Amino acid sequence: MATQHSRSAARVMMAPAVILLLGWMLVPLTMTLYFSFKKYLPLRGGDLGWVGFENYVRFVSSSSFWPAIWTTLIIVGGVLAITVVLGILLAILLDQPMWGQGIVRILVIAPFFVMPTVSGLVWKNMFMDANNGFLAHLWRAFGAEPVQWLSQASLPSIVMIVSWQWLPFATLILLTAIQSLDSEQIEAAEMDGARKFSRFRFIVLPHLARAITVVVLIQTIFLLGIFAEIFVTTGGAFGTKTLTYLIFQRVLESQNVGLGSAGGVYAIILANIIAVFLMRIVGKNLDA
Amino acid sequence: MGQIQLSKVTKKFGDLTVIPPLDLQIEDGEFVVFVGPSGCGKSTLLRLIAGLEDVSGGQVLIDGQDATMVPPARRGLAMVFQSYALYPHMSVRKNIAFPLRMAKMDQAEQDRRVTQAAEVLNLTDYLERRPGQLSGGQRQRVAIGRAIVREPQAFLFDEPLSNLDAALRVGMRLEISELHKRLATTMIYVTHDQVEAMTMADKIVVLQAGRIEQVGSPLELYRTPRNTFVAGFIGSPKMNLLSGAQAEKHGAHTIGIRPEHLLISTESGEWEGTVGVSEHLGSDTFFHVNCPGFADPLTVRASGEMDLKYKSRVFLTPDPAHLHRFDAQGLRVE
Repeated sequence: MATQHSRSAARVMMAPAVILLLGWMLVPLTMTLYFSFKKYLPLRGGDLGWVGFENYVRFVSSSSFWPAIWTTLIIVGGVLAITVVLGILLAILLDQPMWGQGIVRILVIAPFFVMPTVSGLVWKNMFMDANNGFLAHLWRAFGAEPVQWLSQASLPSIVMIVSWQWLPFATLILLTAIQSLDSEQIEAAEMDGARKFSRFRFIVLPHLARAITVVVLIQTIFLLGIFAEIFVTTGGAFGTKTLTYLIFQRVLESQNVGLGSAGGVYAIILANIIAVFLMRIVGKNLDA
Repeated sequence: MGQIQLSKVTKKFGDLTVIPPLDLQIEDGEFVVFVGPSGCGKSTLLRLIAGLEDVSGGQVLIDGQDATMVPPARRGLAMVFQSYALYPHMSVRKNIAFPLRMAKMDQAEQDRRVTQAAEVLNLTDYLERRPGQLSGGQRQRVAIGRAIVREPQAFLFDEPLSNLDAALRVGMRLEISELHKRLATTMIYVTHDQVEAMTMADKIVVLQAGRIEQVGSPLELYRTPRNTFVAGFIGSPKMNLLSGAQAEKHGAHTIGIRPEHLLISTESGEWEGTVGVSEHLGSDTFFHVNCPGFADPLTVRASGEMDLKYKSRVFLTPDPAHLHRFDAQGLRVE
């Protein structure tokens, strides 16, 4: 029973957690905002005073800004497209009764447990290395010239690595959604004359809409901030500099905390624009 | 036309034989009910006819044509599922039109048929709603609508009323019977409820463990059950089945007497006993009478006015004209 007394007691009990979470969010946000209005160069004189919006103007007018935004969007979009499409196909495949289903499912999920840094390095050295990489050997076996993956096709390579990491997540969510589909619905569609593709198009895909929404939302949030995969492979070279990476370079490589903080504020704005956008497009899938 | 013939049809799941070789003839326009306890294979049999399961042996003939290998969509049968299996993301209109859309029928004809079906089923006001916004009975009607727009050779119903509450079930039972009268199409109806079977069927098929126990009209089955299983299954409350000394007196291994064929009296009669539970339905009263020397209490139907106290002494007399006699194998003896 929620009496007046127990309600106020509950508020007191919850307060530490709420305050902690609020602080966790507010302190870095305030500090970022604070530094973004300062000229702060730790190794070249430290705090050099307030500069107004100069950092914001400089960050946007830099020649790296728009390419970084585009790179970010291409990576996020590419990975989403690949993981959703392949995820649906894999989920359908894994839903079929087959021998060793349990083991196959665990194997499919495995990439998700590999740390981003490790998987980036594994891909760079074991698969994409132009001399000793597996792909280079494969290319040579067919008599083709090995591709210099991370320099000639740097952006697709990054998309490939990140997709490999996120495919298990998409597959897992979509698989559980497929399993929750009422088999009588499929049978009814079969009786109604729907062929295999029509059954997928009209019954399975609409059933998956909500799961796809969840995959897209969650992945977008995480993909906007990918860093390790780029850091250990191309180091931001060959057109793989995302917004996150650009901020990192401004703060740590150029030692310009003010400029980086301004970039951080832009990143927050970008993330929110995309979030609102996504919610508008896919939000209606989440209710009903 | 919707004549369906099963010839030596068998179904095995691995080593388990669910349906041993089975023959059955269903005439055009008949309302056939498959009835039996759960797990008797009645739903499997329906799915074999629909083509949703492949037969392990034998033939399914539809209008004399071998349909054993024909995919479900091309058998010309429509099915109503127990869970209704409506497509949740489509409006009622789109649900009903789905089979027509799959058949690539032109839009005008689709609209005409959907409108007509909606009128027949009282769904006109709900065409733009989603299945999730409908009540159980309305969903049931949408499922039927989806079946009738196809103008199939035969309708298959898989326990369609089991998810409805009792009052709605009686209403829908009537609606389906009326629909059958109007369309005059073959209908095959699966249920575990013998009341549904008795009230709706032209022909009842009683199944047990995949075998057909008896086929016949409801009253045939009621009046002349072929064996003790059918005798005990058809009719509510159940027929009283007695074996032992009382049965031997009538020259049978088991005798059966329906509750309405036992005369109850407080003065005299063949069997003496005491009243146990009484169930008052208003029009009738059912007494459960414990007679010494009988394994189970006997159920007796009496008029609604009769009122007897718990433990009061009564006499029962079976009507000899309605006494069913069965041999040691459980088969009827005339």
